[in-house]
Amino acid sequence: MKKEHVFEVVRSLVAILLAMLLGFIVTYLVSKQPGEAFQSFLTGPFTSPRRFGNLIEAAIPLTFTGLAVSMAFQAAQFNIGAEGQFFFGATAATIVGITVPAPGWLHPILALAVGGVAGAFVGWIPGVLKARWGASELVSSLMLNYVFFRVGMYLINYHYRDTTAGAMVSLPLKETSWLTQFLPPTRIHYGIFVAILAVIFTYLFLYRSRWGYALRMTGLNLPFANYSGINTTSVITYSQVISGVVAGIGGAVEMLGIYHRFQWLALPGYGFDGIIVAILARNNPLGIPLAALFLAYLRTGADIMARTTDVSAEMITVIQAVMILLVTAQAFLAGWKHRIVVKEAKQSV
Amino acid sequence: MDVLLEMKGIEKIYPNGVVANQGVDFSVAPGEIHALVGENGAGKTTLMKILFGLEQPEGGTITYKGKPLHIASPHVAIANGIGMVHQHFMLVPSLSIAENVVLGLEPKRGLSFDWKTAVSQTEELAARYNLPVNPTARVQDIPVGMRQKVEILKALMRGAELLVLDEPTAVLTPQETTELFAALKKLKSQGHTIIFISHKLREVKEISDRVTVMRAGRLIGVTDTATATERDISRMMVGRDVVLHVDKPPTTPGDAVLRVEGVRYVADTGKEVVKGVSFEVRAGEVLGIAGVEGNGQRELVEILTGLRKPSAGRVIAAGKNVTGKDCRAVRQAGVGHIPEDRMTHGVAGLGTIEENLIADRYDSKALNPRFLLSLKSVSELGKKLVKEFDIRTQSPKTPVKMLSGGNIQKVVVAREFSANPKLIVANQPTRGVDVGATEFIHKKLLENCAEGAGVLLISADLNEVMSLSHRLAVMYGGEIVAVFPNADEVTEEELGLYMLGVKRMKLAAGSEAS
Amino acid sequence: MSEMLQAIFSTSFAYSVLRVTTPLLFAALGGLVSDLAGVINIGLEGMMLAGAFAGVVVSAFTHSAFLGLVAAVASGVLMALILGYFSLKLKTDIILAGIALNLFASGGTVFLLYLVAHDKGVSTSLASKVLPQVTIPILDKIPVLGPIFSGHNVLVYVAMIAAVVVWYYLYRTPAGLRLRAVGENPNAADSVGISVHRVQFTALIISGILSGFGGAHLSMGYVSWFARDMTAGRGFIGLAAEALGGRTPVGTVLASVFFGIADALSNYLQSLSIPSEFIQAVPYALTVIALAVYARQQTRKRARLAKLSQNPEKKAA
Repeated sequence: MKKEHVFEVVRSLVAILLAMLLGFIVTYLVSKQPGEAFQSFLTGPFTSPRRFGNLIEAAIPLTFTGLAVSMAFQAAQFNIGAEGQFFFGATAATIVGITVPAPGWLHPILALAVGGVAGAFVGWIPGVLKARWGASELVSSLMLNYVFFRVGMYLINYHYRDTTAGAMVSLPLKETSWLTQFLPPTRIHYGIFVAILAVIFTYLFLYRSRWGYALRMTGLNLPFANYSGINTTSVITYSQVISGVVAGIGGAVEMLGIYHRFQWLALPGYGFDGIIVAILARNNPLGIPLAALFLAYLRTGADIMARTTDVSAEMITVIQAVMILLVTAQAFLAGWKHRIVVKEAKQSV
Repeated sequence: MDVLLEMKGIEKIYPNGVVANQGVDFSVAPGEIHALVGENGAGKTTLMKILFGLEQPEGGTITYKGKPLHIASPHVAIANGIGMVHQHFMLVPSLSIAENVVLGLEPKRGLSFDWKTAVSQTEELAARYNLPVNPTARVQDIPVGMRQKVEILKALMRGAELLVLDEPTAVLTPQETTELFAALKKLKSQGHTIIFISHKLREVKEISDRVTVMRAGRLIGVTDTATATERDISRMMVGRDVVLHVDKPPTTPGDAVLRVEGVRYVADTGKEVVKGVSFEVRAGEVLGIAGVEGNGQRELVEILTGLRKPSAGRVIAAGKNVTGKDCRAVRQAGVGHIPEDRMTHGVAGLGTIEENLIADRYDSKALNPRFLLSLKSVSELGKKLVKEFDIRTQSPKTPVKMLSGGNIQKVVVAREFSANPKLIVANQPTRGVDVGATEFIHKKLLENCAEGAGVLLISADLNEVMSLSHRLAVMYGGEIVAVFPNADEVTEEELGLYMLGVKRMKLAAGSEAS
Repeated sequence: MSEMLQAIFSTSFAYSVLRVTTPLLFAALGGLVSDLAGVINIGLEGMMLAGAFAGVVVSAFTHSAFLGLVAAVASGVLMALILGYFSLKLKTDIILAGIALNLFASGGTVFLLYLVAHDKGVSTSLASKVLPQVTIPILDKIPVLGPIFSGHNVLVYVAMIAAVVVWYYLYRTPAGLRLRAVGENPNAADSVGISVHRVQFTALIISGILSGFGGAHLSMGYVSWFARDMTAGRGFIGLAAEALGGRTPVGTVLASVFFGIADALSNYLQSLSIPSEFIQAVPYALTVIALAVYARQQTRKRARLAKLSQNPEKKAA
């Protein structure tokens, strides 16, 4: 059993290395300065406090969406809707940040709460459709991304747009709502503590609460959960709702901590990134921040590489895609795994 | 006598170590209907899977039409004129009958699929073999009996001369069975050879020329159907290999902990699989229900335990009406359930032993003293039950799927028994379980019973039901066909006759087994 | 209001409906073929994007719109092969593989765009070709119909033909029969000697071909350049159209046209400064609603069947 565990880790590492190797090969082929490119990619994030800060900042939203996706995965549900939940949470927090007058300590809490509720609502729809009627949560959560993207864009454009600004951006959020950036020159903000709280919450919920237990058993074996007396209908619904809350708060944190005014014109993609974070962390909440940091490291490194050399940062998206493909490929290195299992079985006889 | 097919010394050992066939010799003459009978797990289906190339044997040879034949896959079997109608039909519901019949051998006109020819080919085939079907009807709209005809037509379309039917009547109504038999006789008269797997001796007598009996993976004997009585065949099927001895304490049963009144269940196919079953289980007794699998036991158990809703009737468990209630309500009434398929219902394989042990009480006050689950309490409970129920593992935190079948079953038993149920419903509690674990589970079952729980034991294993039960009932064709108030006074042969539908008692409706 | 109505009932509006429906239709047909074969293709978006990009780049370098089109289709197929290899051979979850494919295309096209055009946004620095416009003789002289149906780029007509071909393929050929059998009951197909993997691979490749056409239409017909993420969710709308159309060719075409109208309308409304966001959300919202209604019907149907099969003697409660 231990060997199988080791095998899974090794396989993931091999997959990650292969994906990065591919990135390096491509870089080598297209760049006039591949050496510099490699170097700034790998070591860039550690060359200045500011850059290191960028890494941490980038890990925060990834942590939230990673947690959201892993929560759904643990219940054997898909949540492709984390994208829309994140986006709509950010929209809702923006509105609270612009319109509600509140003292400095209360304002961000209020905005985060409303962001969470907005995300919960977006998550509730596919959850309840699946639980009650068996409608595929995959298709509905995917479609809802675009529904709430449009709804969010409408709200910002027609009600909270800053008409004096040259670009399509919202009015600035009141400073009372900001999550303070407390480590200049970086932009690391109080949102990092919210993220840590979210990790702790998700962990306690999944592994230390009766609701999390019911959720995990439903994910492991639905007929068994039913047989045991677990109300799987409600489990499926609340797994999507809580997933939505986490993603929604994530969007709110990003808005209050980094942007301070709404300026997205397209879905920012954190929901899809959350899927790879969850996969890399094997849906373990305690592994999520590490996976998020790793992804953020690749991202930041790629950005620095793009700024300092002739290789563009999008290479990292390709690497990510290859990682998803390989890490989740069940038959990848399966022959090797089979040999390990057989050997172990023979030894134990 | 001519021989069409000869299987000699067939050995099959599954990867999990189960010996399914042990030196089996089996031969079939051209143009006969040959019945292959035996209890569940006797190795009939395995033998036929080997013939059809779905399983590869460890030893033995197959000679077909006088030549040795290596059947590496179903395609080889099909190419040699061997066809099989599986218990679970291999049809595409949204396609028409004609399309299903010609799938893979589609007639063409230019680039197009030649629908007209497909229909006429199907019609022709149906007429030739007296298997009337409407080629343009969609499979999803036709009854089960018709679907089976489509399966047979499919095999014939591929030139099957030797046709294997795996328990073809299990899903059929009596009228459909009659029709099927007529069609099989017609096929025989046209020179086809048929192997017919069955449990039902009346049918075997009616349709077959010869019978091969298997038991526990071995060949027991071959006989001409005409010269053998149903009793003879039954005796060959249910011989006892190992005598299990259980010291069953005497009992003075108390009040009823389960009352089943006129429970009926109609399956999606429209077939009534439970036909008005009534009985009682009293505190402190074991009521055994014997029967060949597939006679409505599964549906009955699922209705009693909340996994399925009955079409009619009432279920009173521990004084509470739980008719149509969900599993949670049934459990709260005080019912423990050892399910038939432990990997589907009994455990979450990837979960740890601990996690599986608390599945029915994860939200109890005892495990949630404050807001969160108390890992300490969970772990203590796990350690206690692992010890008490002798679950062989390094740690209660091991995933259940790493355990052996017997130990997995002990996890289920530990959970269900430790909840102090007033009624235990045990469905095939020791299937696929090693001898040691079987004895242990039997001991625990009787202990619980002695402490006042009522036990409903459903088992296809005659040894098991006979040695554990105080009272015995037999289920056949969705009904209770016999009740024996004292299980010790019944012989195996007697029981076999009821199980195989040869005999049935006259029982007053509504008062059966009470 | 009257302004709006005037706009909707104009021939130029109908013309634009055809133009914007085309990429949706290609994607929807591609989604339909793979879905019926039992391989849900979330990667349509990425396949189209790859096609759009390859069309622009190859046409710019070869100075041939035709070679651009070939390259677009070829890259759609290449993406399909990647998806098939991972999901069918290496057993990556098909949904995750599709998502990965979209990421791959999104990042890969921008990465390559920067290499060839030194721009991460649009390809306007490349002298790419556009597909020829087709004037249909006789038809173009007929009032109303002429201005609507004539003068589109060639892929608009290819899309219409593709819809018929896909229908014919699925419902009138042996291969189509096998494809549907594989999607519905792979065991049944396997038991009669049909290779399930081969059929599913074929379906994905067809999906890739159609997506390649769709992508080429976007970058070589609709406009004459490539822009990052220019598919803008059209692959997903295609999936939505296929779901809303009840997984049938006719339904898929109708749903695609409907979504095309919504798309064209939102362009018009924007020019009239009416919020277009809602119209743009319609296809997605409608799909969710349709999905829910359909699932609810199925649940009810099952419940009704269960009731019907109950015995007349009612259970005593």
